[in-house]
Amino acid sequence: MGWLGPAELEALKLSLRVSFWATLVTLPFGIFVAYALARWRFPGRQLLNGLVHLPLILPPVVTGYLLLLTFGIQGPLGWLLAEFGIVVAFRWTGAALAAGIMAFPLMVRAIRLSIEAVDPKLEQAGATLGASRPFVFATVTLPMILPGVIAGAILAFAKAMGEFGATITFVSNIPGQTQTLPSAVYAFLQVPGGEGAATRLVVVSIIIAMGALLLSEYVGRRAAARVSGS
Amino acid sequence: MSLSVRLQHDLPDLKLDLSFDAPSGVTVLFGRSGSGKTTVVNAVAGLLRPKAGRVAVDGWELFDTEKNHWLPPHRRRLGYIFQEGRLFPHLTVQQNLSYGRWFAPKRARRENPSKVIEMLGIGHLLDRRPAVLSGGEKQRVAIGRALLASPRLILADEPLAALDDARKAEILPYFERLRDEVSVPILYVTHSAAEVARLATSVVALQDGKAVRHGPASEVMADPSVAPAGVRAVGAVLKVRVQQHHSDGLTELDAGGARLFLPRIPHQVGEELRIRIPAQEVILSSKRPEGLSALNMLEGSVDTIRAGDGPGAIVSVQTPAGPVLARVTRRSVEALGLEPGKPCFAVIKTVALAPQDVGGRLTAP
Repeated sequence: MGWLGPAELEALKLSLRVSFWATLVTLPFGIFVAYALARWRFPGRQLLNGLVHLPLILPPVVTGYLLLLTFGIQGPLGWLLAEFGIVVAFRWTGAALAAGIMAFPLMVRAIRLSIEAVDPKLEQAGATLGASRPFVFATVTLPMILPGVIAGAILAFAKAMGEFGATITFVSNIPGQTQTLPSAVYAFLQVPGGEGAATRLVVVSIIIAMGALLLSEYVGRRAAARVSGS
Repeated sequence: MSLSVRLQHDLPDLKLDLSFDAPSGVTVLFGRSGSGKTTVVNAVAGLLRPKAGRVAVDGWELFDTEKNHWLPPHRRRLGYIFQEGRLFPHLTVQQNLSYGRWFAPKRARRENPSKVIEMLGIGHLLDRRPAVLSGGEKQRVAIGRALLASPRLILADEPLAALDDARKAEILPYFERLRDEVSVPILYVTHSAAEVARLATSVVALQDGKAVRHGPASEVMADPSVAPAGVRAVGAVLKVRVQQHHSDGLTELDAGGARLFLPRIPHQVGEELRIRIPAQEVILSSKRPEGLSALNMLEGSVDTIRAGDGPGAIVSVQTPAGPVLARVTRRSVEALGLEPGKPCFAVIKTVALAPQDVGGRLTAP
């Protein structure tokens, strides 16, 4: 990637790191919440559904500001995390947190759809054959929803790569710390002569987005073929 | 091994309230759709939590609502054979077969996989996935999967209902082998009288959530009160022995000294079978009939006459072959002067004995 300047390369690397961790850490929660929404009937289910979707419908700046209030040094959760030595405000971890929360609804929707497509009768069959609930999930449900999980993860990764509004509001735009790829494009466009760098990053963004899409299609097809047994 | 079931449950359109104790062997739950058969099996399996009741296998309680005792499905040690097979589509046949076995306690693994695979004739399918199997093959794999879980009770919920007649004929013998060769009690749900005749050790007739009749197949199926399950369901079950195959395409059977002729069946000479004789295929005569084309004639005497609400009556005739049932009109009963003790002849048309009414062997030849 010799044609990228050091500042551009740094933004790209940071974005990849932020998106990777945002996706990896939210994935187990995403599967759990999707399963709960798809299979369980409990009081507050609609409330949970609404909360999960909130980042999708709120202005990203609002989400970022709410994160700042909650996870900032003064915020209740930020203070608690700081007690354990974890500071997210104005750090790359904060960017990952913002990206993860913004990508969460997309991830949950994709996984939930695939769980709803699994016939509960197969899970019952697993139970009658001696598998407890966690084993039924691990040996029947999870393998069958794998295409949906992969699609959800890639979708979330792509969304995290492009997250801008909540990130810049929550953790600002510090080069090397919180300046992700979209933030860098924004910053380059603010200075005279920055168009070249901005254009190069835009090209990189398009390549990554298209690559993620093609990869998710390919992996999804492979996994679906394996699961359906054809 | 015995199975004890007591259940009370309310469904939107059905009040279930029944109890029965079943001996070892195949217990068939028999009744129309909507009579509560599947509800009973699902409660035994733990897939449905009934309002009240108790189920025990050989004294081992699966649940007892009075004691607030409830074993979850995965701890009940069952082999459930579903109507639609429910094989795991993401696993190969081999992996499907191993699934239940893997969860069974090691010391309880009685069944030898290679023996079961050979018995079911599925050795050539092991590497395939369920999607490419035929309906009959899927159901054979489902039987193997249930069996290899080394269950203490096998449940089968209309396992043949989704198959065509040819596939039914392919699968039924495997259930007969299960009954004869595996010492696990089987609770089998069906609405097919032919399956009852071939498989049942005892029958529980269900009607609107109640067990209206319970006992050996020959008794329950001969009871006009199970007729709501279909008049065609009424019929006698006879034990016979294959005597000879004739060159004109008929098979001669010995039924307690009497001769019966059937269109040729594949069983060997000397094999013991049971055959079902539908009551509506039997004609009664007060004198020895002459000049009749029917080959099968059993001499006996009238045992009981049960008239229903309609114009028909079910006459039970005691013959050397066992009790034979005939469905005749009440007018005929009067015209022939039939009454208990009166000698008469039961005439059965040879081709009326359909192959699906001929059961597999009871004992080795």
